[in-house]
Amino acid sequence: MSLTATDWRNLSLSALALLAAACLPWVVGNYHLTIGVTIAMYAVLATSWALFSGPTHYISLATAAFFGVGAYVTGIGLQHLPYWVLLPLAGLIGAVMAALVGLATLRLSGVYFVIFTLGLAEFVRQIITWGQNVSGTKGLYVLTSITERDIYWQLLGLAALVWALGWLIGRSRLGFALRIIGDDETVAKHSGINTARAKILLFMVPGAVAAITGAVLAPRYVYIEPALAFTPMLSFQVVIMALLGGTGRLWGPLVGVIPFTFLWEAISISFPNQTTLLLGVAFLLIVYFLPRGFVGLIEDARRRMGSEGAR
Amino acid sequence: MDILITGLLLGGTYALIAMGLNLQYGMARIMNLANGEMLVAGGFAAFWFWTAGQLSPFLTVFLVFPVAFALNWLVYQVFLRPLVKRAKSRGQLEVDAILTTFGLSFVSVGLMLAFFGGDYFSYSYLSVPVHLFGSTWGANRVAAFGAAVVICGALWLWLSYSRAGMTIRAIAVAPDSARLVGIDVRKMAALAFALGGAVTASGGALISTFLTLDASTGVMFTLKALVIVIMGGVGEVRGTIVAALLLGLLETFVATVIDPGLTLAAAYLLFVVILLFRPQGLFGKRPT
Repeated sequence: MSLTATDWRNLSLSALALLAAACLPWVVGNYHLTIGVTIAMYAVLATSWALFSGPTHYISLATAAFFGVGAYVTGIGLQHLPYWVLLPLAGLIGAVMAALVGLATLRLSGVYFVIFTLGLAEFVRQIITWGQNVSGTKGLYVLTSITERDIYWQLLGLAALVWALGWLIGRSRLGFALRIIGDDETVAKHSGINTARAKILLFMVPGAVAAITGAVLAPRYVYIEPALAFTPMLSFQVVIMALLGGTGRLWGPLVGVIPFTFLWEAISISFPNQTTLLLGVAFLLIVYFLPRGFVGLIEDARRRMGSEGAR
Repeated sequence: MDILITGLLLGGTYALIAMGLNLQYGMARIMNLANGEMLVAGGFAAFWFWTAGQLSPFLTVFLVFPVAFALNWLVYQVFLRPLVKRAKSRGQLEVDAILTTFGLSFVSVGLMLAFFGGDYFSYSYLSVPVHLFGSTWGANRVAAFGAAVVICGALWLWLSYSRAGMTIRAIAVAPDSARLVGIDVRKMAALAFALGGAVTASGGALISTFLTLDASTGVMFTLKALVIVIMGGVGEVRGTIVAALLLGLLETFVATVIDPGLTLAAAYLLFVVILLFRPQGLFGKRPT
């Protein structure tokens, strides 16, 4: 594959931006580092979510399920295995889970997939809770020497990986196939694309990434229990941030994650009891007024400026 | 035997709830993920009228039904109609409807939390023992089952034999052709959606007589109703009833034999089996 001058410029700019972001822990205090971790976490989750759901328009609500499984991999595995094995292991388990979910649902229409992923976190939560009841344990302590700073850098590395992967997929045959599926699945089938296989392969990416994210973040919680690790709110927030930013571009979700994290921080402090209500309102506003997210707004503005310049 | 009857009693009420969702999804073509919240709202109404005025939940149903009908009709007109208009394909409409009804479900959970708080609510109504088939049952469960059977039966008769029912079935089968024979699809879809919401809310009022609800349990019922609708076949009335009874049986079985915390997991497993082996539902027709 050959890279054009624009590709090189974009790549080096992205690398510079990542380097700048990596310096954050030395510049700001603890509070802002916490927000930085939150932003990095949602950036990873939302970008990987959009990799699959953007082109295919299949809304996945399973993020919390993968995330929770990842957190449990760290929680349980820490006593038996070295830490550096756990992240790839979580990714592997996440990918396998995603493949199984995909096999069951992605051959069918989108609605089945949504419903299935909606229940997945609750399903896994009930199984784990039951397992704990049977074995008589309650929660898990995750005691490590990993600091907030280490978590931040790990997430940043993961984000770089996700962007690189997204960029590569976008240039590959798989990415091309997915865009056709998103436009018209029947046409895709008739032009010889194995649509189910393409969708399952791609769905494994957000599955693995969300599981790794959960594994990375487990030390931050110190104590994990099913209700915390599988909180359904996580899935919804990821969806809303990705949609707010726009799923049409690789950098789209990031544009949604940053403002939404600050907004959400402000909302949780000022109206702690109305968060559910306000999340609902945010969903409605996006569907009716920003169907293509900030990316859509930016592109419209660019086009307008471009056409004025031409005149 | 105990499991069998408890399961059937539970399944009867599930049938009512799923019937509501089936009207909305199968007939009006709106995947309504806020369906469970309508159920909880119905339950809240029954709870409120009982604690405030000692009004029997079975009478409250007569109040809940028209109010929920009007409310759902409004929701359809205000929120969903613009989506139906703007959607280019059925897939697009589904994605938009899912996101919108998600938003609506969060908004209604938020509103209910604001008004009623996050506590579980339950009341005891008709919790006197009834003797049936050699065992003892709560009268509220039996009465709720009876009421569900009456409503389901009326709905089935109406859908099968009345002219309006036939029109609704027509738009479910072929919305485009229905227009050609002079059916006002938009009006009928709004009607089906409103009716579905009303049926679900009534189911909520009935179910609150024997189950404990709280503001955020709605999504569990949405999920169960979805599983039932898909298992029975989208748009199929008979299938919905059979599937609801099956789910009631399975849940009761799992709750008594294994662990009460696994009921949703059981429903979910059933869903997987259906998706793998009969995705069109038990009574659904294979798409041609």
